[in-house]
Amino acid sequence: MSEIKEKAEAAAAADKKALYGTDIDLSGFKRDAPVHDYDPEMSGFSEEERKNFAEVGIVTSGEERSGSFLLMDHSPVHCSISQEGVELLSMADALERYDGLKDYWWKAVDVETDKYTARAEMDFNNGYFVRVKAGVKATFPIQACLYIGEEGIAQNVHNVIIAEEGSELHLITGCTTAPRLGRGLHIGVSEIYIKKGATLTSTMIHNWGEDVEVRPRTVVMVEEGATFMSNYVCMRSVKSVQMYPIVRLLGKDAVARLNTILVATKGSEMDVGGSVSLEAPGTRAEVISRTISAGGGIIARGRLVGHKPGVKAHLECNGLMLSEEGYIRAIPELDGRVAGVEMSHEAAVGKISQEQIEYLMARGLDEEAATALIVRGFLNVEMEGLPEELQREIDRIISESEESIL
Amino acid sequence: MLLEIKDLSVEVEGKEVLHNINLEIDHGETHILFGKNGSGKTSLLMAIMGISGYKITKGSIFFKGVDITHLPINERAKMGIGMSFQRPPTISGVKTRDLIEKINNNGKSTEDIAESLDVAEFLDRDINLGFSGGEIKKSELLQLVAQNSDLILLDEPESGVDLENIKVIGNVIKNLLQKHLRRQRVRAGLVITHTGLILNYLEADRGHMLLDGGIRCEGNPREMFEAIRNFGYEECARCQR
Repeated sequence: MSEIKEKAEAAAAADKKALYGTDIDLSGFKRDAPVHDYDPEMSGFSEEERKNFAEVGIVTSGEERSGSFLLMDHSPVHCSISQEGVELLSMADALERYDGLKDYWWKAVDVETDKYTARAEMDFNNGYFVRVKAGVKATFPIQACLYIGEEGIAQNVHNVIIAEEGSELHLITGCTTAPRLGRGLHIGVSEIYIKKGATLTSTMIHNWGEDVEVRPRTVVMVEEGATFMSNYVCMRSVKSVQMYPIVRLLGKDAVARLNTILVATKGSEMDVGGSVSLEAPGTRAEVISRTISAGGGIIARGRLVGHKPGVKAHLECNGLMLSEEGYIRAIPELDGRVAGVEMSHEAAVGKISQEQIEYLMARGLDEEAATALIVRGFLNVEMEGLPEELQREIDRIISESEESIL
Repeated sequence: MLLEIKDLSVEVEGKEVLHNINLEIDHGETHILFGKNGSGKTSLLMAIMGISGYKITKGSIFFKGVDITHLPINERAKMGIGMSFQRPPTISGVKTRDLIEKINNNGKSTEDIAESLDVAEFLDRDINLGFSGGEIKKSELLQLVAQNSDLILLDEPESGVDLENIKVIGNVIKNLLQKHLRRQRVRAGLVITHTGLILNYLEADRGHMLLDGGIRCEGNPREMFEAIRNFGYEECARCQR
């Protein structure tokens, strides 16, 4: 047995709990799922399903996308690429083609992190592999959709994303379920490698069901002069999501920007954060979250670790309570390891001010319209560097969700 | 009569700040409110607009013959009352354009209105975020011009504005209050001023002086302003025209 397998088995045997989030009994989920046929045109979906896809940024026409990948339960049902210099494979195919991807597989994420990473190894279902060759700038985003259609299953995904030197890529990951799906579990390990001077923008939109549990495990390695931008949006019901991606700025002048938008309706528990470790001179980071509780629970974490003098980073956790129920706990954490780091944070949790509402009402808006406008403004994080088209999609998702939260 | 205030008393945080106010404003008229700090001028405007925290304990407000004493703010706005706030809140993430487009009742496009006030750049800025004192006043006027109300309540439109911009703001208000029209003038205004500078741009019809929550003097606004400037508010109240 390989060393990785041994470690995974040990962590699983010890039922190693995650640092954060409610503990999940993994035995409560089916390990097997039906096999789905390959769908070369992504055409085998109902209008309702296509609408679900669109809500997480996935267009089944593949228009304005450089490539598309779709994992349905455990089956990769679609994988296509239209841009030269960009590789997109199912993870199983990539492991076979590249002899286990020894330089990348479990090199960023530790398989022993917790029982979820262990399970992702022991019950590996599939995932996607993306590599942009050196110097290649993908015209359109690549879209990857992770979809649960079968009631009660666990979906254990492991992805590897590599942006070679000087390349540029936008990746949209949309996660959703079949209409009216009940229980489900998604474990997603993502290992992201951004090499010298490359830029990766990762936009992830979650729209799981209200009885689905979600445990992503992501580590991002950012080399010299490279940039990682992450936009995470989760505005629909989910039983629980707990994630705390770690970004390591390893090369000098590397940059990370993490934007998170969360809306927790009643019954949803979201424990979401972002940690950036500034390990080289000249590195910079910005971690911003805007969270709304409409009756659900939110823990918004953020952590900056400064290892070198002169690094600069800022953390912002702003929460808005729209309901008497629910809670928002903002936990910003600054960890300076040497003199000369420049790190700051601001955190605020409150309700919409009556003064703002009445100001807009004095302009003729009714109370509901005034509230909607203020909420929209609150969620309107300027996602710097985001292509206009993606910003439009996020704006659209926010405005569509407005109704359901108010 | 456009606005009729009858025997109005208003409480703020349990304390009566306005006592038995009577005031009438007809179509096309401009009225000026004088009074020292804390005399109740802003409270009167807030009560007319229906802002919470300004509790009407007695009396009533009629607008266009309708009793609006207990109407929600937005209903009042829809009936034709518009107000420029002295210290409006910031609304982050919402572009001024987004608001103007929702409230624009002017007939002209949002762009055209903003350009006519020479504030096109405001449209792409968040509402009142990082605005200077003068910019806030202009932004309030921009919103009022778009709203196209019949009664305009202006709370110190010239405070914190430099001399050059007072001219700009004065002329916008002059237009807003249709001073270029004579017989067809319908829009009315109720304007709070401390400096009186705005009087150089407006031919105001009537002045009212508030002292300790009551109207203590009424008359020609220019004469009243001169009297206040020369002899002070107390003395002006004593003359009791």
